Amino acid sequence: MTEKIQLPPARYEYGGDEFVFVELDQAMSLEANFAGMAVTNALREEAIDGVVDICPSNASYMVQVDPDRLDPRELVEELRRLESTVGTLPEDYVLKTRVVDVPVLFNDPWTHETLMRFRDRHQDPEATDLEYAARINGFDSVQGVVDAMTSAPWIVTMLGFVPGLPFCYQLVPRERQIQVPKYVRPRTDTPERTFGFGGAFAVVYPVRGAGGYQMFGMAPAPVFDLSQSLPDFADDISFPNANDVLRYRAIDMAEFEATRSRVEDGTFRYRIREAEFEPAALLADPDAVNRELLEVLYR
Amino acid sequence: MNELLVRSGGLYTTVQDTGRFGYYHMGMPPSGAMDVYSAVVANMLVGNPDDAGVLEGTYVGPRLEFTDDRMVAVTGADVPVTVNGESVEPWTAMRVGAGDVLEFAMIRSGCRVYVAVSGGIDVPVYLGSRSTYTLTGIGGHQGRKLVDDETLPLGAAGGRARGGAAVPEALRPALDVPAELRTVVGLCSYRLTEGALASFLGTDWKVTKDADRVGYRLRGGSLDFTEREQPFGAGSDPANVVDLGYPVGSIQVPGGDEPIVLLNDAVTGGGYATIGTVISVDRDRIAQTKTGDAVRFTSVDLDTALAARRDRRERIERVRREIAR
Repeated sequence: MTEKIQLPPARYEYGGDEFVFVELDQAMSLEANFAGMAVTNALREEAIDGVVDICPSNASYMVQVDPDRLDPRELVEELRRLESTVGTLPEDYVLKTRVVDVPVLFNDPWTHETLMRFRDRHQDPEATDLEYAARINGFDSVQGVVDAMTSAPWIVTMLGFVPGLPFCYQLVPRERQIQVPKYVRPRTDTPERTFGFGGAFAVVYPVRGAGGYQMFGMAPAPVFDLSQSLPDFADDISFPNANDVLRYRAIDMAEFEATRSRVEDGTFRYRIREAEFEPAALLADPDAVNRELLEVLYR
Repeated sequence: MNELLVRSGGLYTTVQDTGRFGYYHMGMPPSGAMDVYSAVVANMLVGNPDDAGVLEGTYVGPRLEFTDDRMVAVTGADVPVTVNGESVEPWTAMRVGAGDVLEFAMIRSGCRVYVAVSGGIDVPVYLGSRSTYTLTGIGGHQGRKLVDDETLPLGAAGGRARGGAAVPEALRPALDVPAELRTVVGLCSYRLTEGALASFLGTDWKVTKDADRVGYRLRGGSLDFTEREQPFGAGSDPANVVDLGYPVGSIQVPGGDEPIVLLNDAVTGGGYATIGTVISVDRDRIAQTKTGDAVRFTSVDLDTALAARRDRRERIERVRREIAR
């Protein structure tokens, strides 16, 4: 990217006796996320007894440990070793992932109805969340900010908060990232499948509930399916995985409704393509790599 | 019959075991009994495996009617228990038969009671556990708390338990307040000023009404964050960090004046600075505090946390030997 970001030394912290938390940087960057990806992927392959779960996060990661089987101090030693050997991705590292088309109806009636009920908790009660985001990010129109969000793909940098919620960071240089604050006070309601935005992260809310992210639109397809009735959920109740590349694509009401009926009759499948890219190449020339990723997706 | 009749669901009673593991990375918390010691010991008393399904009642326990010969044991909070109106001993294995009704009065101290029945509460295992996670409605009995007049499945009762076996007083948990919560300070504690960290540890915090399986909100002081230019992607509030994973038991202070201890059903991550983590053993302790009770945090290192865990393991094994005698 325009300016290479140097990460500070990783910080290792014990989250009580059952968790190790590793902060790669206080600021979000693709570099920090790729560094976490490198270590957590290597740790997963080692399949160490006593490692209960490995949780990559945006600019950090967390490992859940069973201290009766593995001393957290030994785990930290191993993580430090991994940091020094694989902690920065080698220039020729190839990330194998999948690219997924995720349709979104921006300015939909359902989130609009909800956001109107919570204007008193918003920075700008006179505008919609999208109008506010367009203005503070220097766009002339809502269409401008929608175009920016849909033109380049996003990478899933963390899953969590609630089951299946993907935090997505756009694969563009920092100066092109869209940023919005969270609501002044969190809402008590967010419709299921809301396309939300907070900080520099885009999310799709898996279930209805409280939330603080700005609401921009609605996805017709679920990211979470307890009944596992859709084919994409045959193996898992949540769809997105960390490191997945998602392309948010703006759709109209006709496509939204058509997709909804395919979800409801159980025939919906996400458009998914296997893909690979070099994080180093992405950092050097994001537009070129993004073009290739989208070409693979829609070929 | 292998059934248990729920005559009254009580205030908030759920089926729990020792938890659901391996799904934290996708955002699913472990759930499971909040007071692990009491749940495991209850199972031991009735001859169940340690991780069998038990009932966890909150404030007001359930009223249960048995349909066949079973062993039953009640542990956890200090509460008068009756069978058919007659007072019975908690922390003790009891024989019951068809038509017997187990009931609770008001809790004297503590917050959560555990009921183990021989054969275990045999709800379907979901993702490796019988624990209830109500937020997404999974596990346990239909993914929710118990309601009046319904039926729970029981496993086939084994014959290993000894009626009258009791846990000695010394091996029952202390329920006195203020509850001392040993805490490994760290994570993003650099966000607090030195004075704020000292004040966090020096304050007796009160448990507010917002205290449940998701987390405990506390009141009693106000903590300052160090001033900084917020890092990229963190959000504008001084309590905000770039969204990260939250350990179970971790403590955050969103507005500076209301610490939240995240517990078994909590969100797995988010954008608030965490300042430390209550050690796993003392989650049993906070689980037995209720609205209005005082808690205080004591800073300990990892060695102390691991020693406390070994100590709890030894106490559990001592109970096992006592019961087998």
